This record gives sequence, C-alpha cells and structure tokens, in this order.
Amino acid sequence: MDFLTLVQVLDSSLRLATPLLLACLAGLFSERAGIFDIGLEGKILAAAFVSAAVAYTTGSVWVGLLAGIGASVMLSAIHGLASITLRGDQIISGVAINFLAAGLTVVVAQAWFGQGGRTPPLQSGGRFEPINFPGAIPSKEMADVGPVMQLYSELISGHSLLVYVALLTVPLSWFVLYQTRFGLRLRAVGENPAAVDTAGISVVGMRYAAVVICGVLCGIAGAYIATALQANFTKDMSAGRGFIALAALIFAKWRPWYALGACLLFGFFFAVDNRFQNILLPAWSLSGVLLLTAFGLVSYVWRKDLLDKIVLGGLGFGVAFVSVLIVISVWSAGMSTQIKIPVVFIQSLPYILTVVVLAGFVGKAIPPRSGGVPYVKEK
Amino acid sequence: MPGTIHGIIGENGAGKSTLMSILYGFYKADAGEIFIDGQKTLIPDSQAAISAGIGMVFQHFKLVENFTVLENIVLGAESGEFLAPSLRKARAELAELAAEYELNVDPDAVIEEIGVGMQQRVEILKALYRKANILILDEPTGVLTPAEAGQLFRILGRLREEGKTIILITHKLREIMEITDTVSVMRRGEMTATVKTSETSPEHLAELMVGRKVLLRVDKTPAQPKHQVLEVSRLNVVDEAGVLRLKDISLNVRAGEILGIAGVAGNGQSELLEVLGGYQSATGSIRVNGSEIDLTGSSSDGQSRRARGIAHVPEDRQREGLIMDFTAWENAIFGYHRDPDHQLNRFLMNNAAIREETAAKMARFDVRPPNPNLTAKNFSGGNQQKIVLAREIERNPDLLLVGQPTRGVDIGAIEFIHKQIVALRDRGKAILLISVELDEILSLSDRVAVMFDGQIMGERDPSKTNEKELGLLMAGVISEARK
Repeated sequence: MDFLTLVQVLDSSLRLATPLLLACLAGLFSERAGIFDIGLEGKILAAAFVSAAVAYTTGSVWVGLLAGIGASVMLSAIHGLASITLRGDQIISGVAINFLAAGLTVVVAQAWFGQGGRTPPLQSGGRFEPINFPGAIPSKEMADVGPVMQLYSELISGHSLLVYVALLTVPLSWFVLYQTRFGLRLRAVGENPAAVDTAGISVVGMRYAAVVICGVLCGIAGAYIATALQANFTKDMSAGRGFIALAALIFAKWRPWYALGACLLFGFFFAVDNRFQNILLPAWSLSGVLLLTAFGLVSYVWRKDLLDKIVLGGLGFGVAFVSVLIVISVWSAGMSTQIKIPVVFIQSLPYILTVVVLAGFVGKAIPPRSGGVPYVKEK
Repeated sequence: MPGTIHGIIGENGAGKSTLMSILYGFYKADAGEIFIDGQKTLIPDSQAAISAGIGMVFQHFKLVENFTVLENIVLGAESGEFLAPSLRKARAELAELAAEYELNVDPDAVIEEIGVGMQQRVEILKALYRKANILILDEPTGVLTPAEAGQLFRILGRLREEGKTIILITHKLREIMEITDTVSVMRRGEMTATVKTSETSPEHLAELMVGRKVLLRVDKTPAQPKHQVLEVSRLNVVDEAGVLRLKDISLNVRAGEILGIAGVAGNGQSELLEVLGGYQSATGSIRVNGSEIDLTGSSSDGQSRRARGIAHVPEDRQREGLIMDFTAWENAIFGYHRDPDHQLNRFLMNNAAIREETAAKMARFDVRPPNPNLTAKNFSGGNQQKIVLAREIERNPDLLLVGQPTRGVDIGAIEFIHKQIVALRDRGKAILLISVELDEILSLSDRVAVMFDGQIMGERDPSKTNEKELGLLMAGVISEARK
C-alpha cells in the first residue's frame, strides 16, 4: 500500500465521517439537554429526501439544503412536543420518527417522481461541488507529485462546503457548550433540570432549543448525503448512520472533540470497506491479532459475574481456538501463507465496532444524569 | 420582619413545603395574595421570586452534581452571554460574601465531591449571590451532623445580624426553640397559631401541631437483657465499585434490648442492614441464636433470613418495604407469602383470609384508613410505615431490624411506632435500630453504637452520653475503632 492510497483512504474517511459527525453533534446537543434522540436516523433520511427533491425541482442546492433542514427541524419539533410538552417516552417517539421517515420518503418520492421511490439524479447547481483550494492539482496528476502536495490536494482540498462546515461545528459546539451562558444552562438542564427551574430559567425552553439545534444539524447531515456525497435520494440511503452516530456519541462520552475522533474512526472503517474488496493478510499476523483479542476478552471478564465469564470467556476461547487452527495451517503450509479477509467482514466492521462500543468496552461513559426523563416539578 | 428568624413547624403533609413552594413561584396559589415589605407582589414563577429578593434552600438541594461550586452559583444569574466574565465576577463576589458571612467554600470544588454541609452552604450562597433578603430553608438539618447543624445555625445567626429575614421550616421542635424568634404552627393546611418562641414550650408546640397532647419522651423501663440473639463479628463488605463499605464490624444484640446505631447517612448503616437482611453479600460471621448464618451462598436471601427469625423493616419503605402499586393486603404478606396459612391449596392463595387478617392487623396498628384493598401509595407515610411494621412485628421475630422507622412520619405516628418497638423489646425480643435521628436513637436505645466510614467508632450508654459526644463520634473526630 503506497502513500497515495493511504491519503485517498483518509480523504474518503473524512467524507464518510462528515454526516456521522453532524449527526453525532446533533445528538450531543439533544442528549446534553436531557432529551434522548433515537430518531436521528429518521431526521437524516427525511432531510436527505427533501433536500434532493427540492434541489432537483428548483435547481438550487441552497434551497434544497434549507428545505432539508426545515423537514428535519419539523420532525424534531414533533419529538419535542411528544417528549417535552407531553412528557411522553423519548425512545418511543424517536422510533416512531424513524418509521415515519423510512416510509414517507419512499412513498412521496414515488408519487412525486415515479422512479421507484428515488429522486432523479441532480445536475450541477443542484449539488454541492468540491471546493478546490488554490494550488491544488486534479486527481489525474496526483501520482506525479510529492507527498505534501498529495496531502494538500487530496485530503485538505477538494471537499464540498458541508465537510468544512461539519469540521467547524466541532470547535463551535465546544465553545457554545463550555464558554457561553446558553451552554452552561443546556448542560445543567440535562443533569438536573430542577436546579435550572429553581434558578428561574425555563426548562422547557432550554430543551426545545436543544432539540431544534439537533434538527438543524441532522438536516445538514441529510442534505450532505443526498446532495454532496451522492447525487440523488435513494430508499434508506441513511444506512444506519443515525444509529452509528449514537454509538459514536457514547464512544465520545458526550464531548465535541471526542466526537470528532470517534466519527473519524467510524468513517475510516467505511472508507476501508469502500476501497478494498478483499484484503490479503499474512496468516501469522492474523493469528496474532486473534490471540490478542482472546487474551483481552479473558482478562476483561476475569473479575466479572459468572454469566459474563461464560459468554465472553467462551467467545475468547473460541477466538483462541481459531487462532490455533491458523497456526497449525501455517505450520503445514509455510510462513508465507496468506488468508483472505472476506469483504463482508470489512463491511461489517463499523457495525461490529458499534456493538463493541455499546457493550461498554470503552470504559465508563456517564450519560447526562437526567437524560430520557421528562421534567415534572416534584412536590 | 427584617433581622428575625421565623420558624414554621408542622407535621408532614401539613402544607409547610407547599406554602414555601408557592412563595418561590414553584406552584401557583388558587387564591390569596403575597405581600413583601407591605407591597402586594405577584410571584408567577421562580424568576419573579428571585427578583422579589426571595431565596430558597430546598430540602433536596437543587445543585448540578458534576458542576463546580462557581458554575452552580452562576447558573441562571450570569452577567452576560459568555461565561468567562460571569465566572470572574462571581468569584470576586463570592470572596466578599464568604468574608461577610463566614461562608467559606472552595469555588472550584465539584459538588459531588464535597459534603452535604458544604453543598448546603453553596445553596445559601446561591441565594445571597442573587441578592436575596428573605431566605427560606426547608428542613435544613435533616442531612447534617449535630456539629454541622451547629455551624449552620451560627451562619443563620450571622445573617440575622445583617438584617436578612429567615424562614426556617422544620419538624424538629428543638431547632425551633433554639434559634427562632417567632414561630407559626401549621396543621392540615392551616396556620393554627403564631407565637413568640420565648413565650412557648416544646410541649405546647407539639400539642398545637397534632391537635392533642403528645408524649415527647418515650416511656420505657430499663432493659432486661437475656441471652445473645445476634452476634456479628468482623463483617466486611466491598461494593461493586470495589470500595470497602463495612470495615471489621463487630456487634451483638441480646434478647430484650434495643441496640441503636447512630451515624450520618451513608456511613455504612444501609450496607449493614442489607447484609443482615440477606441482600448484600459480605465476609465475616453472623450468628443468630448461636448458629452461623450463610453470608454468600445460595441460602443467603431474605426468605431464609425470615425463616431464621429475623424480621426486617427496611430503611426506604417505598422502595424496599412496599410495592407502591399493590394493595395493603398484598403488601401485608410479602416475604411471608409462602406460609401455609396463606395457602388455600397447592396452587391458590387464600386471599379472602389474608384480607381479613390484614384488616385485623390494620386495626391493631391503627392504620388509617383501615381498608386492606387500598393501594399502598394512597396511604400517608406514617400509615405506610405502620403497614410494614405490622407485617414484620406480628410474625413475632426473635430479631427485628429497623431502619429509619420514623423518616417522613408525623409526630402522632412516631409516638405509636416507638411504643410498638419498645413493646416488642419488652416481650424479650432483640432489636437492632438504625436511624439518622439522634433524638430517636437516644430515646429508644438501651445501648448506642456510632458508625462512621464503615466502622463502629464506639459504644455508649444513652443515659450516660450526650449529643455532643455522639456528634464527635459521628464525625469521626474521636474513635475507639480497631486500627
């Protein structure tokens, strides 16, 4: 693997991480204010469809973006109404939004364009085009220049505007959360709404504000997928990004800078999957990785409950067994034996990571203490 | 009146807290008007209360646990859009307030890492930072050691000197007598009397609160202790986070005596009760009537403890003692539901008989209303506690574990519950009493042990000790614990 390939994979990581990052920060604002939002996925999907449809119809990507944000904020408002005003269950409301978006987008797309639930391809003007920085060279000439130029032209330059917007959202979120009055109140309302209420601030108002910010960011994420990453809307094109963003949010322990790291990691896995169909690895290194995994699992469960020991310990021993089999095969076939990692495994890596993160392997992640609980004045 | 401390006393549910919540704009009054300094003032929300100069220290603090002291004080009273200047300004003002009222708190400490006494100071500072002239404190001493309570009263005295008006809500008569200038008594939502503190007595106030004469001291004869019932030796408990919660606890209780365990909440008393009650594993040894009890194995649960003659009135009746959505008769047999008396045949329970029995128990324990079909949450705190107590005492256990028997219970019911506990002792049973109310420990116990930081700091004869000495033990200042 040469340097250019690496740069290209990183470039692609950045592009694939962008919607995750926007969605993750969206979730961050909402959950920091105490509103769990499992409906990120639905909002992204709705925004993707509306932005693509409107951008195609009007020919302007900006109108499309605004329409997408509008759709997402509307769904956010529904979630806010259900979970803040009516004090309903936040999980149920979020799930309902996901179903609503999944069904409605396809039905409306079919009725509008009659192309089997998708929107027609967007022409230029209806898309966010890459921005080329001064001095950047086109991809065709990339192989002929030095590594610094490759980094500059491929990784730093040449993304659509929304990628840079997403990256700027990280320091902006940090600033808003930790350096402004609004941020202090927002964080407080997710930890102890009673403290905010007795300080004379409206809990409901703060939570609605957070939910609306969440809607705006999800809207940008959706518009990015349909008008920058792709050039039209297709059924279920959000592909679980809303849920992966939630996993990244836990991984990031509800902090903006960590969120950037987590989303880039997930983006990297997606990029690897896109780039390499089958990976050939020397068998000995694979068996080493497996052995390490097995060791990690066994030592992790050492001080846990019996059931954990049986389940995870069993898994560990299974992995160790496979590793031993590989070692035996290397023995008989020679050190240079290579093993092909199937493409499906690479594809499932981001999702496996999600499961691992959710299972709590990343250390203690403490969610906002009043998350998921509607605020009722106590007697 | 400026420069005075006004006490408001009344039983639980008399309406003290509701009244104050209305003053703070937390609830809306259906009718009536509020006057501040002779001016009619409308208080539709907390913001209005704050600008009218009212500050409130709630019984359960309204602090953001993982924020710093400074952030908590600034929250809602920021001086601008950005935090840094607000925090700078607050830090300077805090230093002034600290000097003026002797309220020293580290502004950069995180709330969850400082003690409750400190947290309460933060609440007071919060009110003062908002320029409060009227300070309302709701049951401020409930969570404090006697020494901390003393400090609080000194601070309140200082605030009074500075011309602040203080309203102190409490159900403790002693505090009213100690610090207030005037006192109002509430009963069933009505203000029944307002008197000068110097012209009244605890007995008189108690009578005004309950509406009849009450016995403030528990009437009991000296204990006649007999054989050892409970012997605990070198008990250790490590919690899930790996923290040592109980350190080498050894104690014993004999038949016919009450051993009281005093201590500030959270010093291992709950864990001790959980171990004895069978739902927390431990190392060490517990013997009941001379035979060893299983501490970790399969027969370490509430069921087998009950079979060995241990009855348990848990600390938190709403979480551990009762199922709030179940009826009184269902609640009245929990833990004893496998008894043959409750079975009709192999598959069915004899619900009719249980209901009847429960009705009789409720009559004996003066549970009001005596209706076994009512769900537990429809009873008042005192009556809920009586249901639990009836369930456990009526089984005639050899050993009764009682945790916080009168927490959130009104004076009338306290008197009754105390009588029942003493009566059980006089029938020759052993009783282990855990309470954070020092008065209760002192008046009920035949021996007092003090817990601090998971250890027994010492044991005293209640007739030969005083609150000050116990307070020092509770704060861990003096200790006879094994090192």
